Amino acid sequence: MTDVLNSARNFMQALPHSRALGMQIVEIGNGRATVTMPWDARFVGDPVTGVIHGGAVSALMDTASGAAVMCHPAGPQGTATLGLRIDYMRPATTGETITARAECYHVTRSVAFVRVTATDEDALRPVAMATGTFTLEGVAP
Amino acid sequence: MNRTPPEPVHIIKERREAVLKALVGGVPYIGFLGVQFDRRGDELTAVLPFRDDLIGNPLLPALHGGATAAFLEVTAIIVLSWSLLWDNMEKGNGPPLDPANLPRLPKTIDFTIDYLRTGLPRDAYARARVNRSGRRYASVHVEAWQDNHTRPFAQASGHFLLTGRDD
Repeated sequence: MTDVLNSARNFMQALPHSRALGMQIVEIGNGRATVTMPWDARFVGDPVTGVIHGGAVSALMDTASGAAVMCHPAGPQGTATLGLRIDYMRPATTGETITARAECYHVTRSVAFVRVTATDEDALRPVAMATGTFTLEGVAP
Repeated sequence: MNRTPPEPVHIIKERREAVLKALVGGVPYIGFLGVQFDRRGDELTAVLPFRDDLIGNPLLPALHGGATAAFLEVTAIIVLSWSLLWDNMEKGNGPPLDPANLPRLPKTIDFTIDYLRTGLPRDAYARARVNRSGRRYASVHVEAWQDNHTRPFAQASGHFLLTGRDD
């Protein structure tokens, strides 16, 4: 399991845009992934409140979703986002790390279905939720 | 008949550029992504110059889906804000727009992205269309392309909450 987490962390370090946004995988396996993104002044979308831009939250949720697909037991060799539908429920609290928890809950031979929730340090009130569809490459029929 | 002469074109252009610059420059994340806006009259084209740290899959290589999503969302928000400021900026009725003190940006309620093709490691462009803009809510569609405008690589639509318009 530690090996899996280590290779997942290396994988994340190899994704330049995820690395640029300071993302870290904290948990991964069996079609589920948890990825964090610390608050950073450069990612602010509303200069008045210091709230993180929705686009950065989208990038975090997309990354967590892709990681969840890649660790699904079907063992895909690759994946790409087909569609992502995001609901923004409330602004993330300024200064707090955002955590995205993604679950790949169904796969066919060619498509993976994912749901993902983003929270700040108040884990009971989600900041955003999304559902996504992803391509599945290299899965034996 | 006393007609006010039309404003000199350079004054109009300077005012528009100042408002656009303030709108875009006020958002740190737009600077982080490196998105710029080209203006022709009221039409805006967002430009995302390629950089290595926009890559998601280094093997292909392809733009990160999250970078594409963010580019589309930034474009939608700026184009929507710009359309809301336009009348006030042009008619000059009421107090003139102060670039240092612009109204609050719209808030994203939901955003749905279709990835149509792999984003290539080169510059990307996007334009947004405000399909409906009411008192509280707006609906915006946005499309992004790279080399060929007729071959978009991603599109999105979203709903936005217009804040600070009646409070």
